Amino acid sequence: MATEQPTPAAAGDQTRIHNIGYRGYDGPRLGRAYARRSLYSQSLRGAYGLGRSAKTKVLPMLLFAVMCVPAGIMVAVAVATKADELPLRYTTYAVVMQAVISLYLASQAPQSVSRDLRFKTVPLYFSRPIETADYVRAKYAALTSALFVLTAVPLLVLYVGALLAKLDFTDQTKGFAQGLVSVALLSLLFAGVGLVVASVTPRRGFGIAAVIAVLTIPYGAVSTLQAIADVQDSSGAVPWIGLFSPITLIDGVQTAFLGATSGFPGGTGPSTAEGLVYVLVTLGLIAGSYGLLIRRYKKVGL
Amino acid sequence: MIATESLSKRFPRVTALDRLTVDVGPGVTGLVGANGAGKSTLIKILLGLSPATEGRAEVLGLDVATKGATIRERVGYMPEHDCLPPDVSATEFVVHMARMSGLPPTAARERTADTLRHVGLYEERYRPIGGYSTGMKQRVKLAQALVHDPRLVFLDEPTNGLDPVGRDEMLGLIRRIHTDFGISVLVTSHLLGELERTCDHVVVIDGGKLLRASSTTDFTQNTTTLAIEVTDTDEHPDGTRAVRDALHARGVSVEDGSGLPGAGRVLLLTTTGEETYDLVRDVITDLGLGLVRMEQRRHHISEVFKDSDAERKEAVGHGN
Repeated sequence: MATEQPTPAAAGDQTRIHNIGYRGYDGPRLGRAYARRSLYSQSLRGAYGLGRSAKTKVLPMLLFAVMCVPAGIMVAVAVATKADELPLRYTTYAVVMQAVISLYLASQAPQSVSRDLRFKTVPLYFSRPIETADYVRAKYAALTSALFVLTAVPLLVLYVGALLAKLDFTDQTKGFAQGLVSVALLSLLFAGVGLVVASVTPRRGFGIAAVIAVLTIPYGAVSTLQAIADVQDSSGAVPWIGLFSPITLIDGVQTAFLGATSGFPGGTGPSTAEGLVYVLVTLGLIAGSYGLLIRRYKKVGL
Repeated sequence: MIATESLSKRFPRVTALDRLTVDVGPGVTGLVGANGAGKSTLIKILLGLSPATEGRAEVLGLDVATKGATIRERVGYMPEHDCLPPDVSATEFVVHMARMSGLPPTAARERTADTLRHVGLYEERYRPIGGYSTGMKQRVKLAQALVHDPRLVFLDEPTNGLDPVGRDEMLGLIRRIHTDFGISVLVTSHLLGELERTCDHVVVIDGGKLLRASSTTDFTQNTTTLAIEVTDTDEHPDGTRAVRDALHARGVSVEDGSGLPGAGRVLLLTTTGEETYDLVRDVITDLGLGLVRMEQRRHHISEVFKDSDAERKEAVGHGN
């Protein structure tokens, strides 16, 4: 590599490019907090395929579009028919679109964490200023933000459309705010569950299947049991069964506290007391996911 | 650069490091040991990622137990295993890693371009890493360890999996990290021949204990052997023999290089200093022979291992 040697500066006015050899770095080193922020923004952009290859943009962008199009159609219908309310409540939207949200999570949670595990890139992070907790927080926050964008933008479309259709401002704003709180909670919960599952399934494809399974199997089981309980006149059991799948948890929380209509069979959501249990379980799951992720990454160090 | 003081690391079943006390100065230092000798454990502790069971260690004058984050900001680490995602380009990957080390975005990009050029990656740096050869991947791994201009780098088995040419290039690169870049290096290997050529100092550990620490020249220069080979002429049909006799006459003992390539044509003699080279030159000129080669045959570090093995066996024998 003789070309790398410092070249003595040529005399005179020649305009030539000189190899000036190795240059050190004396600039600022911004440390842990900056590294964590960088990892957050890189992961958030990555969750929509930004800064990655064109191929990786297709699925997240497609799902994002699929999330937004129905909202646009509803708005168009509401404006055209001069309806006095939107065809659907803000809080119901995410529950109706849960399959799309699950697909998005299943495709992006493994992308976010499994790659680093599969290609053993994790040690490179931890040989730098950031620590386990920084890595987990950055990844968790990034996926939560990505899910929030996915679920809140359609609500924004609905809200703007509702205002254009000159629906009642106070009503709409209240509904929109409730919807935002609901999808924020949903984003936190889903991101946590998705990341935990993805972080223990480093193998490609397997993580995607595992996330889908964790989201849909409990939902299927819960809905079936709820339906049976409802038919068998033990509708008191319906809210308690709903505690066992992520989407019904969110449904219960928003029915009890955010003025949503429940998607449960019979339309009977949890009461306020039961709703409190829903909130506690939801928060417990979020905290538990975070704790599990920290534990997982303590082990993978160098 | 690095100082440890009776550093120990015990796991429930094994003792990875056993009261290790070493002092590593600037320059290129080789850390030698068989698999499981405690090399990786030592690096982990030095990066502040794993607490020592007892004893203390300092890197760049910072205590590893309390200043881990500061140390990791100024130290680079190249792992032994594969650690590169195949679907991004070397440039993207190294820029990201530079930012993880705390470099602002613009500086991260500039340093990445510089560093990749210095490790010998040019146009291919824009292609996904998945298509790289092992040698190129090793260069990317090295680049990510150097991109933040650390004061010290830990290289864990950097020549693993490389062919002889790639190995030589990597060793040359490691040498330049110190001579041209001014970055000190701690490089682990189990191939002693490599370290002999690249390192200023060698630290040998075995079973978590320090076996020996000294400069490479101490290891290899106690006795320098000179190998010479000459041509034959009409006057001296057996040139080798003629030289041997002539040297004998001057009081220099010469051995046949039996067991070496070109046995019978190679003479080995022990140098006593500069004057030996002059003597050999004069003798050969006087005889009118051509000198085919004259090279130093240094003792290999592996002989240290043989010696210590013998000592250990002896010690065990005494123990019985």
